[in-house]
Amino acid sequence: MSAPASESAAPAPLGNGWVGVLPVVLAAALFAGFASMLPAVAAGSVLRWQADWVPSLGLSLAVLVDGLSLTFALLISGIGALVLLYSNTYLAGHPQYGRFALYLTAFMVSMLGLVLADDLILLFVFWELTTFTSYLLIGFSHEAETSRRNALQALFVTAAGGLAFLAGLILLGFAAGTTRISDILAQGDALKAHALYLPILVLLLAGAFTKSAQVPFHFWLPNAMAAPTPVSAFLHSATMVKAGIYLLARMHPALSGTGVWLWTLTILGAVTAVFASLLALRQTDLKQALAYTTLMALGTLTLFLGQESGYAMTAFATFLIVHSLYKAALFLVVGCIDKATGTREAELLGGLGRAMPITAIAAAVAAMSMAGFPPFLGFIGKELKYAGALAVASEPVLVAGAVLVSNALMLAVAGVVAFRPFWRPASGPLPRSPGEAPWAMLSGPVILAALGALFGLYPDVLQRALVAPTVVSLTGTPAEVKELKLWAGINMPLVLSATTFVLGLAFYAWHRPLRSALEAAFSRLPSLDAGWDRFLDGLKALAAWQTRVIQTGRLTDYLFATFATILLGLAAGIMAGGLPPLAIDVSGATWVHVALAALLLAGAGLTVGSASRIAAIAALGVVGIGTALVFIVFGAPDVAITQLLVETLVVVLVAVALLRLPALARDRFRPAHAALATALGATVALVLLAVLSAPLDRRLTDYFEAASWPEAYGRNIVNVILVDFRALDTFGEIAVVVIAALSAYALLRTTKGDRT
Amino acid sequence: METLLALTIGALTGAAIYLMLAGNLMRFIFGLVLISNAANLTIFAAGRLTEGAPPLIAEGADTLTGTAANALPQALVLTAIVIGFGLFAFAIVLVFRAWTTLGTLEPDEMRLAEPPEARP
Repeated sequence: MSAPASESAAPAPLGNGWVGVLPVVLAAALFAGFASMLPAVAAGSVLRWQADWVPSLGLSLAVLVDGLSLTFALLISGIGALVLLYSNTYLAGHPQYGRFALYLTAFMVSMLGLVLADDLILLFVFWELTTFTSYLLIGFSHEAETSRRNALQALFVTAAGGLAFLAGLILLGFAAGTTRISDILAQGDALKAHALYLPILVLLLAGAFTKSAQVPFHFWLPNAMAAPTPVSAFLHSATMVKAGIYLLARMHPALSGTGVWLWTLTILGAVTAVFASLLALRQTDLKQALAYTTLMALGTLTLFLGQESGYAMTAFATFLIVHSLYKAALFLVVGCIDKATGTREAELLGGLGRAMPITAIAAAVAAMSMAGFPPFLGFIGKELKYAGALAVASEPVLVAGAVLVSNALMLAVAGVVAFRPFWRPASGPLPRSPGEAPWAMLSGPVILAALGALFGLYPDVLQRALVAPTVVSLTGTPAEVKELKLWAGINMPLVLSATTFVLGLAFYAWHRPLRSALEAAFSRLPSLDAGWDRFLDGLKALAAWQTRVIQTGRLTDYLFATFATILLGLAAGIMAGGLPPLAIDVSGATWVHVALAALLLAGAGLTVGSASRIAAIAALGVVGIGTALVFIVFGAPDVAITQLLVETLVVVLVAVALLRLPALARDRFRPAHAALATALGATVALVLLAVLSAPLDRRLTDYFEAASWPEAYGRNIVNVILVDFRALDTFGEIAVVVIAALSAYALLRTTKGDRT
Repeated sequence: METLLALTIGALTGAAIYLMLAGNLMRFIFGLVLISNAANLTIFAAGRLTEGAPPLIAEGADTLTGTAANALPQALVLTAIVIGFGLFAFAIVLVFRAWTTLGTLEPDEMRLAEPPEARP
């Protein structure tokens, strides 16, 4: 995966004018705004704001800021500001930078809306907005086919999850009787006992797991690396993938505590964490390796959200922040390396420490945090992870084991990504001779890495500002908050930490043989990514196949399908509604009636059976005259006159046009068509008989009969209806005839001389 | 007579559908005329049949006296006949034009828009 040509242009700091600066200012302002809410939220208050949106549907733009929301909002806007600053240099002079900045800002704002929403529907709207904007971001290098494919894959997977999520939200709204999230969270016990609990949980988890790329939906996330590196930094550290985690955390007070919740989150989280850290070690592309470690982090976060204990919640809150800081820093570092050397291959890179000292130090600090060395925040995060894992009541060994293995692998990956490229000797000439990145690209990694170190030295600042309020949001009580300590004495977590270091350093030392072993093992496993391609190919083949079968291009097939559908519709109606008792009565039929019916039937039969045009046209005329006679006999002289006039015109037209057409071939008998025609004819007769057996609603007729003379001064009621009461209909009818005449004229005019 | 007419309409409809499915445009037009007649008769019959009493208000009277045929379906059928004629006139010109341009009356042979060899 090589960087697009436009990315390798020489970086010029702040090279995109106001388009580049404005989003940075906006994001920084948002960050400052959220930071100003810190004291109030840390003191335990929950800030709310709301406005009516669609009052008739009970929808409102309700916003809630508590510890959990604020932590996410600060990460999103803070990292967003740094990433936007970084991108402005990274993509300096890119012809579509304005578009990029718009996408990234829109994505950031959607993400903020998502974490602040206090209404299920509002939450869903922002959820989908993040899906769409991340699609645009992943596919930003749209000239590359892989880019388009991977963007579409991310869109399909997360949008499919989004549909399940919507269904889950609707069920949840029904079960709770409100869409206000804070109200829903208050009735957790009622929800857990509700009959819809399981469907709600399954659907919401489907949404969260696709968004947060848990096994088996993990395959789209590493592919999303097709995006420019700053996007990866943003999507993977603070946002997109954390949306699912946020949802799980948000719903934790209402839905957690059941066996299903515990086991689903614990098992999938543990499997994702271990599986992803193995995959991460297998990668040689630095960006890909980091992408898989994101999966590992998401798995760990999911694992902790499965639990109830205060340790697990504190571990969740701390690791959330730790991961966002070091992951964003490392992605930005990889972007710097890529920019400076033109490659991201771990096996090529080396000796960059001298050329890029500041980058190297930032990378080292972030990597130490990632690897969990003291005194960095990552160490505290790791200690808490072990404490949280050991506090899992049901399976402490399993959970702690999963965390241990993934942490040790993480240490090895941290070494590969952030240590080796800088400090080992170069193994060969690099595509470009490296130099230090400009300040705008350094500020992100440096600030983020420094924060990781500072919070490690002064954990109580972080504790008071963010961790404690988040844990309170999750558990509802400050009593469950565990303390963040650099030195907690010699205890089980410390022993596990020491084990991690030993194991991790061993993994790092032997990572190359390990990588080949993993490569060999994983290449034998079926690849979900290839499966995805097969799935899409199969879908397209299915579409082509059903188009071939259904859309034959033969008019008779289409007509057959149309008539068969009408038949099925009528039959289904009869089946569902039942028929009233049919008043079949032929006793009143006189010989005139019988003769009329015979005339119509004979005309129709002759039209069908005749192979001669003239005979068929004459037989049609018989049907027309028969119809006119029915009208005369049953008191409709005006209708009869019209029918006769039209019959005359039909004959004229037929004489002009039809007789210039070729003679008819004899029609062979078509059994399927005959069966359908008979069935539909019989059904029509049956329906008509049913109509005739039901009482007639004469209200309209009575009105016209009563009003015809007093209101319209007409004695012929039919005429009065046509030209007075329903005059507009008649006008429409005239318009139809005029249009038909004009169209016919237009068709005939161009007839001469262009027969092909 | 209503029962008799309902059965007749069923037969007309069946004949019309059989003709329309024939795969020949001339027979399709015949079916179209037949099905128009069947539809008009259906509307007419659904308003019930009253023999020999047109809905006319006698000279000097303000409303109808005695039973008379249902005026409403008659008005509807009148409109339907005229519109049906418009449809028929346009259809027949279209068929005529198709014949002069394409030289066939079999719609299955008209593959200008969907050439058979273009199918996968």
